[in-house]
Amino acid sequence: MGKSIAEIEEIRTKKRAELDLRVNTSADTREKHILVCQGTGCTSAKSPEILENFRRILQEKNIDNVRVVKTGCFGLCSKGPIVIIRPEDIFYSMVTPEDCEEIINSHIVNGQIVERLLCKDVDGTVVKKLDELPFYKKQKRIALKNCGVINPEDIDEYIAFDGFKALTKVLTSMSQDEVIDEVSKSGLRGRGGAGFPTGKKWAFVKMAEGEQKYVVCNADEGDPGAFMDRSILEGDPHALLEAMSIAAYAVGANKGYIYVRAEYPIAVKRLQIAINQEREYGILGENIFGTNFKFDIEIRLGAGAFVCGEETALLESVEGKRGQPRVKPPFPANKGLFQKPTLINNVETYANITGIILNGADWYASIGTETSKGTKVFALGGNVNNVGLVEVPMGTTLREIIYDIGGGIPNNREFKAAQTGGPSGGCIPKEHLDIKIDYENLGSIGSMMGSGGLIVMDDSKCMVNIARFYLDFTVSESCGKCTPCRVGTKRMLEILTKICDGKGEEEDLEKLEVLAENIKKASVCGLGQTAPNPVLSTMKYFKDEYRAHVIDHSCETMECKAMAKIAIDPDKCKGCHLCTKVCPVNAIGGDVREIHYIDQEKCIKCRSCLTKCPFKAIGGGK
Amino acid sequence: MEEKRNLNCADEKVKNEVDEILKPFTQDKQNLITILNEVQEKYGYIPVIAQSEIAEYLGIPLAEVYGVITFYSRFTLEPKGKYNISVCMGTACFVKGSKEIVERAKEKLGIDVGQTTEDGLFSLDETRCVGACGLAPVFTVNNEVYGKATVKKLDEVLDELMKNN
Repeated sequence: MGKSIAEIEEIRTKKRAELDLRVNTSADTREKHILVCQGTGCTSAKSPEILENFRRILQEKNIDNVRVVKTGCFGLCSKGPIVIIRPEDIFYSMVTPEDCEEIINSHIVNGQIVERLLCKDVDGTVVKKLDELPFYKKQKRIALKNCGVINPEDIDEYIAFDGFKALTKVLTSMSQDEVIDEVSKSGLRGRGGAGFPTGKKWAFVKMAEGEQKYVVCNADEGDPGAFMDRSILEGDPHALLEAMSIAAYAVGANKGYIYVRAEYPIAVKRLQIAINQEREYGILGENIFGTNFKFDIEIRLGAGAFVCGEETALLESVEGKRGQPRVKPPFPANKGLFQKPTLINNVETYANITGIILNGADWYASIGTETSKGTKVFALGGNVNNVGLVEVPMGTTLREIIYDIGGGIPNNREFKAAQTGGPSGGCIPKEHLDIKIDYENLGSIGSMMGSGGLIVMDDSKCMVNIARFYLDFTVSESCGKCTPCRVGTKRMLEILTKICDGKGEEEDLEKLEVLAENIKKASVCGLGQTAPNPVLSTMKYFKDEYRAHVIDHSCETMECKAMAKIAIDPDKCKGCHLCTKVCPVNAIGGDVREIHYIDQEKCIKCRSCLTKCPFKAIGGGK
Repeated sequence: MEEKRNLNCADEKVKNEVDEILKPFTQDKQNLITILNEVQEKYGYIPVIAQSEIAEYLGIPLAEVYGVITFYSRFTLEPKGKYNISVCMGTACFVKGSKEIVERAKEKLGIDVGQTTEDGLFSLDETRCVGACGLAPVFTVNNEVYGKATVKKLDEVLDELMKNN
């Protein structure tokens, strides 16, 4: 027998009081919570061992007023593993399993903060609390609101922080059309990348004829270097499930599927736990909260195919087939999964729904720009100091994200370009750093919002090589159904490879452009239609670099190895010896404080020394 | 003769194990990918005998099973080495130099990406994104993640593994 609304409210009141110290630094309690990030990033750096150590030591010392809690991602992955102590909100970074003993002895038992584990900001200032970090100051957390606050494997903790309030509200006081209206008025657009108005999509599915309808969640986050959706799945899985239930009610569906990458084992496990808990509470199943509404959700695993992020390819894959896109129309709203009307939204889109229902469309629409409302989560990565997950209001500039939140470029290097939209997007150069991020603005400069990957590149990166990297990706991920994509991208890759090998000719640039335009126009699905973007945008903003490759046959950054000869500039070398330490083949000679030199016979051009040199003394030319 | 009988024994074992995996599933072909994921997980690849068992169970041609396997990059037809070295080629890692790490691994192991060394000890893969972008560049040896990797670190890890075997 499922729980009634009154019973859920009872859990909420009780649990919320118990968890007040998570969000209230002045909570009056003798209890403490040690929060340990168990997102994929920190888990790779031994955070499960940290969690275990804390539990073991507390038990050994018979400390019973401290609870160790596993949470989702805090966002600042480059400082992981992260441990936060509440209610005082002390933020420890780069913690190792060996540090647990000291944290307990010093901090918990004696009330002394462990200074050496505090986080140092880029300028060297020591920061004690999470909220004091510049990284968090310009962020606004809506989709990530529970990530790093609750234990994702405990439904009661989700309930404590307004969990299922939106679903209750919808089921007891709103009609299907009222829900859709609210979502439409909020201005929410698809966060998967294309930005189609979410309310409109819901309305299409509701209007579609058919008894059986489906709600699907696209959690096939294929953009390499993007991990927004994963963090939501790992940190707040119930928020996704609740939003899918709301969507199902609004469009008239009774069955949902979450298509998630098998490469996300932690996310899959937490989703399954969440689904089981909701079934047990009767929040998934028949007669939910005593109403006539019934809904259940199943997980389907993807198996590593980028094209399955395209909605119709995803549907094919859910059906157990090769993930090849269908020709549209008919759109999934009319003929989707098993040829029935189907609603497909991305994880982050769903993650915004409960907030919209609870706080109202006007609240949501007050955040963001004219055409793009709300916030966007970005996975900030590459050559930037604070690698991690950031959620900012639409309209924030790239400069704010990279410099204020991201802490700028490491190793004294210069910013060269930022890449958004992954293999479908483009490279944004320095002159557009002040552009306000929204769907239209990014499109107007040849990139796109995409799902939220934001890779920063410094001046040691070759733009031709980056374009080739993306093309290489699309070629191996093209499903092969349509010729422009299957053959066209392959031809483009061959030309780019030729250029990077130092055999390019001037006319190759023209050929690339012609091919790119044709592939964009003639491909069946989004993958092919956007595949040339990385090439076109780099050609537009870094034309000189392409010309240097094809005319002078030189690559300034020396990433294109065929044209590279790495040498040390004797005028700049200070003999600091750092380069010799990183060289894997001992190709660098010279004593400390003497000018160093590279043995060209031994050098494998791995560029380890080049990125390490603090004086930019290593470079070269043809 | 002796060898052939052994092989049949091995096949028989796989067949029985796959039948166990199949049991909880309905004979609906929409379960194909989920089943393949489980088989891949168990063996590290999808043996031919497993393919025909699955085809028969779901009532679809073997070619269709093969078609799905070869479409998805997670499924493989060859067994991996004892140590599967996997270098992350997500953009965040690429920008931080993972290409150099792959090149070095290829050189040191004498194999190309997707291959296994003759002694069956090492195999080499490029993966799309391990999800540890904060630690980029990253490579993994089986399930162990090595973050903030350098060519030198890879050398050390490989040398250690080679020494111990």
